[in-house]
Amino acid sequence: MPESLLYGTEVVLNGLMAGVLYALVALGFVLIYKASGIFNYAQGVMALFSAATLVGIMKGQVPFAHLINAALGTEIHHFGWHVPALLAILLTMGVMVLLAWAVQKFVFRHLVNQEPIILFMATIGLAYFLEGFGDLMWGSDIKKMDVGLPQGGSFWIEENTQWLGFGNENFYGFFLDQLDLVATAIAAVLVIALVLFSQYTKQGRAMRAVADDHQAALSVGISLNFIWVMVWSVAGFVALVAGIMWGAKSGVQFSLSLIALKALPVLMLGGFTSIPGAIVGGLIIGVGEKLFEFTVGPLVGGATENWFAYVLALVFLVFRPQGLFGEKIIERV
Amino acid sequence: MFYREAGDFKTNYADDNQTFPIKFDRYRYYALMLFAFIVVPFLINDYWVNAIFLPFLIYSIAAIGLNILVGYCGQVSLGTGGFMAVGAYACYKLMTSFPEISIFIHVLLAGGVTALVGVLFGLPSLRIKGFYLAVATLAAQFFLVWLFNRVPWFYNYSASGQISAPERTVFGVAVTGPNTSAWATYLFCLVLLTIVGLIARNLTRGMQGRKWMAIRDMDIAAEIIGVNPLKAKLSAFAVSSFFIGVAGALYFSVYLGAVEVGEAFGINQSFLVLFMIIIGGLGSIFGSFAGAAFLVLMPVLLKNVLVGGLGWPTDIAAHLEFLIVGALIIVFLIAEPHGLAQLWRVAKEKLRLWPFPH
Repeated sequence: MPESLLYGTEVVLNGLMAGVLYALVALGFVLIYKASGIFNYAQGVMALFSAATLVGIMKGQVPFAHLINAALGTEIHHFGWHVPALLAILLTMGVMVLLAWAVQKFVFRHLVNQEPIILFMATIGLAYFLEGFGDLMWGSDIKKMDVGLPQGGSFWIEENTQWLGFGNENFYGFFLDQLDLVATAIAAVLVIALVLFSQYTKQGRAMRAVADDHQAALSVGISLNFIWVMVWSVAGFVALVAGIMWGAKSGVQFSLSLIALKALPVLMLGGFTSIPGAIVGGLIIGVGEKLFEFTVGPLVGGATENWFAYVLALVFLVFRPQGLFGEKIIERV
Repeated sequence: MFYREAGDFKTNYADDNQTFPIKFDRYRYYALMLFAFIVVPFLINDYWVNAIFLPFLIYSIAAIGLNILVGYCGQVSLGTGGFMAVGAYACYKLMTSFPEISIFIHVLLAGGVTALVGVLFGLPSLRIKGFYLAVATLAAQFFLVWLFNRVPWFYNYSASGQISAPERTVFGVAVTGPNTSAWATYLFCLVLLTIVGLIARNLTRGMQGRKWMAIRDMDIAAEIIGVNPLKAKLSAFAVSSFFIGVAGALYFSVYLGAVEVGEAFGINQSFLVLFMIIIGGLGSIFGSFAGAAFLVLMPVLLKNVLVGGLGWPTDIAAHLEFLIVGALIIVFLIAEPHGLAQLWRVAKEKLRLWPFPH
């Protein structure tokens, strides 16, 4: 195989795995959008918040230590214990459920029947609130996420793909990050679990009923409140998984919340209402932006990843406004 | 008592159609303009201008621009930062290419360039709506910022990649560059804001404004009664981008003096202006001013109270600012989806009956 083709393949593989991570974030959006019609801009900040909470709990940090110290003049920072990763993840999940309940109780219950765009803006407000809250709670420094996920390149794949070069001395096999591989596996499991949950459990069926028609669901005795809290909790869980993956990859820091912005074109491509759409969209965006950077990037000065996804989605939408798998939009006066 | 239509007889159409039909409102407006133009320039110093007045004036222009697009025409845009960057870079290129022409013309031309770019990125709005459009405008935001970062022609091949404003004068008084005086920059921005405000107010209460509002309220119905959606939407994008471009040009040349595009015109700028019009009131010119004033003043106030008054570290104040802005937006959306402007309207209704409400 010629060298450029090999490198191209490597780029595609890496793009696929980046795409899985985008899809993971996009999934959280789709879940909430389907069940409540809310386009949750805060999903990325939720990932950041959950990751920071996880690190904080594991290290035994005192929440709001900075604020307490400033207000009372004390000198506290840590409880002095370390929580094992699994327990910390469970505790963080508890925090996310609490957050879901609070969001439902204090924000969206009061905004029922408002226009979608008002709800969207409310979630932007929520994102700002949560960002300030998270920073205040755990501090805004860059934290290291260490939950025992493997790091670094996978030697096994590198060794076993070397023969593809057919004696080409410059080719040492495909370089794939172990973390990306694990993330791909986890994302796949998560997606299957979510599909099973929504198809085969009582709550999942209730969730789909709510997504279909709020009033009809209400009239057959489904508690909207419960479903919404549940959906926000599930989205919180997805955010936590995404937060762990991205946090382990590049540290828990502010830029983590920007992955939400990357998930938007994914959603536009796949359609807001479709779980398979989120996954396919994520893969297309992941591969597309890596390939574009690889082929066209050097000609125009690089760093095209910043905008390629949006422009792709924009061009795509002009031809198919509802996305790949979205429901057809029918409007009446 | 003093806030009444009663007794104020209109004898011709011009009187009947004026912006402020109530006498008290009109005099309040004249008094405010006199105060802003004649009294304030003598009172202000560098701190007041840089911390409060310039950001307020410039963000007001941007907020009016965005309000025309989002509040009046209903097309949500998250690309404000990108369009401000277009204004700033257009102004910079014009300033350095044609130094002999007045900066005033440059700022207006920069607005014109931004209007063209705005129309270009507004084209998809004919096909896509709502969230999809909001996300599509993000393409403008990221693409434009990237463009100004990567193409050296835009920053005249300067080594740092920054652009910095050379000294330019209006009537012999420096308004950009390092040797400006507080009153000159203030007046320059105030004049532009007044022009923008007048144009916006009169556009929105005229036929064009009605077309925009028809599109906002229900675009298909508007189309059926004869509003051309192509013209209405694109004109909203053009006017809005023009104002935002002017704001961007001023933000760069008069207020900051030197900018790095990713920092000054990033996505946060887009959200900030959007928050201004949400808090101020969508679809209201007064709301744009109120929102801009609110979000400019609040951080200054918080900083003075927390850092200056209580002696807390600045980073806590910064986090609290995020928290409070976020909470305020939610509170506003729940309690008063029409923002500060609605409170003002309610107050005026009360005034009409005061002090005898029956």
